[in-house]
Amino acid sequence: MTAAFSDKVDIELTVNGEPVEGRVPAGQHLVDFLRQTLGLTGAHASCEHGVCGACTLRVDGQAVRGCLMLAAQADGAEVWTVEGLTEQGSSRDLQQAFVARNALQCGFCTPGMIVAAEDLLARGGVPSRAEIREHLSGNYCRCTGYEAIVDAVEDVAQARAGKGTA
Amino acid sequence: MSIAFGNPDRPNSYIGKTVPRPNAEKLVQGRGRYVDDITLPRMVHVAFVRSQLAHARITGIDTEAAKAVKGVLRVFTGPDLAEVCTPWVGVLAHLKGLKSPPQHALAVDRACWVGEPVVAVVATTRAAAEEAATLVEVDYDPLPVVTDTMTALDPDTPLIHPDLGDNLAFQRLHEEGDVDAALADAHRVVSARFRTARHTGVTLEPRSILVDWNPAEGQMTAWHATQAPHMMQTVLATHLDIPESRVRVICGDVGGSYGIKVHVYPDEVATAAIARVMARPVKFIADRLESFTSDIHARDHEIEARIAVAEDGKILAIDVDDWTGIGPYSVYPRTSAIEGNQVVNLCGGPYDFANYRAQTTVVFQNKAPTCQYRAVGHPIAVAITEGLVDMAAAAIGMDPVEIRRRNMYADDAYPVTSPAKMRFEGLSHHASMNKLMEMIDYDALRADQAEARKQGKHRGIGIASFIELTNPSPFMYGIGGARISAQDGCTVRMDPDGSVVALSGVTEQGQGTEAMLSQVVAEGVGVTPDKVRVITGDTQVTPYGGGTWASRGAGIGGEAALQAARALRESILAVAASMLQADAGKLDIRAGQVVDADSGEERMPLEELGRIVYFRGDTLPKDLPRELVQTRHFITMDYPFAFTNGVQASYLEVDTDTGVVTLLKHWCVEDCGRVINPQLVDEQIRGGIVQGLGGALYEEIHYDEDGQLLNGSMADYLVPMAGEMPDMQIGHVETPTGESELGAKGAGEAGTAGAPAAVMNAINDALRPMGAQVTEMPFTPERILRALGKIDD
Repeated sequence: MTAAFSDKVDIELTVNGEPVEGRVPAGQHLVDFLRQTLGLTGAHASCEHGVCGACTLRVDGQAVRGCLMLAAQADGAEVWTVEGLTEQGSSRDLQQAFVARNALQCGFCTPGMIVAAEDLLARGGVPSRAEIREHLSGNYCRCTGYEAIVDAVEDVAQARAGKGTA
Repeated sequence: MSIAFGNPDRPNSYIGKTVPRPNAEKLVQGRGRYVDDITLPRMVHVAFVRSQLAHARITGIDTEAAKAVKGVLRVFTGPDLAEVCTPWVGVLAHLKGLKSPPQHALAVDRACWVGEPVVAVVATTRAAAEEAATLVEVDYDPLPVVTDTMTALDPDTPLIHPDLGDNLAFQRLHEEGDVDAALADAHRVVSARFRTARHTGVTLEPRSILVDWNPAEGQMTAWHATQAPHMMQTVLATHLDIPESRVRVICGDVGGSYGIKVHVYPDEVATAAIARVMARPVKFIADRLESFTSDIHARDHEIEARIAVAEDGKILAIDVDDWTGIGPYSVYPRTSAIEGNQVVNLCGGPYDFANYRAQTTVVFQNKAPTCQYRAVGHPIAVAITEGLVDMAAAAIGMDPVEIRRRNMYADDAYPVTSPAKMRFEGLSHHASMNKLMEMIDYDALRADQAEARKQGKHRGIGIASFIELTNPSPFMYGIGGARISAQDGCTVRMDPDGSVVALSGVTEQGQGTEAMLSQVVAEGVGVTPDKVRVITGDTQVTPYGGGTWASRGAGIGGEAALQAARALRESILAVAASMLQADAGKLDIRAGQVVDADSGEERMPLEELGRIVYFRGDTLPKDLPRELVQTRHFITMDYPFAFTNGVQASYLEVDTDTGVVTLLKHWCVEDCGRVINPQLVDEQIRGGIVQGLGGALYEEIHYDEDGQLLNGSMADYLVPMAGEMPDMQIGHVETPTGESELGAKGAGEAGTAGAPAAVMNAINDALRPMGAQVTEMPFTPERILRALGKIDD
C-alpha cells in the first residue's frame, strides 16, 4: 500500500505546549484525537459539522472547529485546548468572570466559548456588546440565554484594557 | 427554631444570597466529566441502524457485511433484544382512556418513524460501529404513513396501530360553567387559530449512556446523562429482569437536559440490554442526526380558540380546542398525553372568570415521539390565553395592560380554585404587573413606539401574564401508577473536620442544584457554604428521589435538605451542650463554631466537636446520642402543585419589508416564592426566556408528507444564537409557599412559558395598524410577510 492510500497517518504536533506523536486514522477528527487518544476531554463534540462551537480549539493561534479539522491536518501544528489555557493561566480572569457571573450552566459549551472569547479579546480594546454577541454567534449555548456570557466577556475586556494588558 | 428569613443580617444568612456554584470552576477549566468523557476497560461502542421510512414492515435483515467489518463484535436485531428486554407501554391510569402499544428497545417487526432504532451494531470503536451500521441491509415493506394531526382521526386515514382501533391516543374535555350561553350573550367574541411548531431540545451534549454489567456481582452500573436516576434504575431493573437493588445509575455532569433527558429511550435501554448480554461496558452517544430524529419532540399543537368579553373587558368565557400529534408511541413512563392535558389545565390561568371549556385531542402519527420538554404545555397555553386577551383588548379598544388588570385574580383572593380546577395557594399577578410596569416604564415605551412609528419603524410591545406549575406532588405521575418519586430526600452528615456532606436525590443539570443545596445546608447547620460538599446523581449513594423535572429541585429537594440540616444542627448542639455543660437552646452554630446564641461568643469549633465524637467518644456520657448524620424527606401534601406566576414583556421591531423581527429588550417579573440564590434564579429565567424566544422566532421541525424529517441538523434547525438575543431584565415578587419552611417554588420553566406569547403579542402590536396578525409559530419572515399580504403564492 502506498502512503497515498494508507488509512493511518503519522503526525507530530504540539498540544498544550507538549510534543505529541500519533498514528491516527486518516478520517479521524482533531477533536476525537484529543479526546480519545490524549484524554483531553475539555473540548466537546456536539453538532459534528462546525455549527455549534463546542469543540472550538486554538490551532496555530486561530480559533478552529475541532470537528472540521482532521487530526492528520494538525501535523506540525501548535494546538491549545481549555486544559492548556488553564494550566498556562492565560485565561484565569475570563474563567473567574464566567464563574462570578454564572456565565455557564451545564458547562458543555464553556470550553469552546472560552477559546472563542479569547480569540476576540486577543484583538485588544473593549468590544461593544453587539460585537461580543456577533463574535460568539458561532457558539451555541442552550442554557444561559447568552447575556451572562456577554457580561463576563465585557467585564474581562474592560479589565484587561484598564490594566493595559490588552 | 425557624429561620428569620425577613432579617438579612441573621447569622448564617446564605438563603437568599448569591453564593458561587461549587461545580462551576471545574466546568470552566474543562474538567467536567460527562458520560462521553468516561472510558472503561473493555468498553465497546454501539451504533444504531435506524428506520429510513416513517412506517414500514421489516421483512428481512442482512447483517453479514456489517459483521465482516474489522472491529465489529456483535449485531443485534429487535427479536434478539426482545429475548432479554421486555417491552413497555407509556400509559398512566389517571389519564383516562390513554392508550399506546407496546414499544421495544429495537423495532421487532415494524418501524413507525424515521429514526426508530432497528438494528444495533457493537464494535471496539464508534467509527467501526458506524461504518458497519451503514452496511446492514434492512428490507422494508412500506406501510401507509400518517403525518397530519388534524386528519388523523378521519375515517379514511390509515390506522398506525390497527390493534388499538383508531389513531386516538387520548382525549380530555373539561367544562366549567356555561360556555355556550356566555359566548351567545357576550359583548364581543374573538376567535383565533394558533399553531405551535414541533420543537426539540437540542441539548448540546447529546443523549449519552454507558452501561456495564458485572455478572460476577450481578450488578448493572449505568453512567447516564439523565434527570431522573432513580426512575431509570427502576426502568432498567424492570425491563431487564434485574433486582432493582442491583442496578446503579450514576448521573455525573450532564450537558443540558430541559426535559429531553427525563424519558426512556429505546436506544438507551438497548444499550443496557446489550451490556447485559455481552457482560462488558457498552457506550452509546447519540450523534446530532440521531438527536434530531430520536430525542423527544414537543409542542406540535394546532388550536382553535375563542374568548368572550363584556364591554368592560371582563372575560366571560374561554373555549379551547387543542390538537396535538405525538408520534407513534406515547413515551414511557411519563406519557405523551401530559402536554395536551397541561394545555387544558393552564389556559386562562391568571384570570378570574367563570365559563371555561377546553378539549385536547392527542393523536398518533408517524413522526418522532413527543413528550415533556421544558415548560410542558405552558408556552402553548400562555400563547392561546394571552393572544386571545390581546385580541379582545384590541376589539374593544382597551389597553392590553388594563384588560389584564381587570381580569387577573386579586392578590388577596387566595386560596382560589380556577375554572380549570387548578388550586392556587398564593399568587401575585397584580404586584407582578405593577413591578413590570415600573421596570419597562410603560408610558415611555409607548411614547418611543409612537415616535418610531412616525419614522416608519414598526415597533411593538407584548405583555404575557402566566402561571407555572412547580413542586409537583404524586398527582403528576404517581397516582397514575408510575414509579416516579414526587418525594425527595437529603442526608446531611458532619465529618470529623467539621465539614458537612449533603447527599441529595435531586440532580444537577447545570441549573445550580448543588449551589442551592450547599447554601440551604450551610444555613441550616450553621457553616459556610464552602464547608458543604454536595453529592447528587448516584442511586447507590443518595436518598431516593425524583431528580430534576417540573421545577422541583429547590422546592422539594431544597426543603428536604433544610430539614435534614436543621436536624443535624440539633444533633450537634445536643453533643455540644453536653460537652460545654450548657443548655442546647442557648447555643447556636455560626460559621462552623458553636457559639453562645445571645452573645455570639465562640464556645467551640465544630472540628473539636468532631474530634471528640469520632475519636474520643469515650469521654462523652454513655447515653448521649451522637448521630451526626440525619436524613429527611419532603413531599408536598396540601396542594397537588405549587403554582407560581409572573409576567413578561417584549419590545421588538418588525421590518415590514423583510419580515425580520429584531428583539430590542425583554423583561420578566417572576414570583417563585422564596428566592434562594438570586443570581441562579435570574439565570434560569434568562435561559428559559431564550428557549422560549427560539420557539417564537426560529425553531420548527419539518416533516414532509412521507414522514421524512427535513431539517435534522443544527444548520437547518435554527436555535437562538448570541447575535440575535436581547438583554433581559428580571424582577421578583416573593410569595413563599406555606407548604414548606423554605417557601421556595420552582423557577426553571417560567421564562420558557411566557416568552413566546410576549413576542407574539409584540409582533401583533407592531403589525396591528397594518391590519395584520400572526398566530402560527415560529414567526418567520415568510409568515410575517404573508400576514402583511406581501407574499401570496
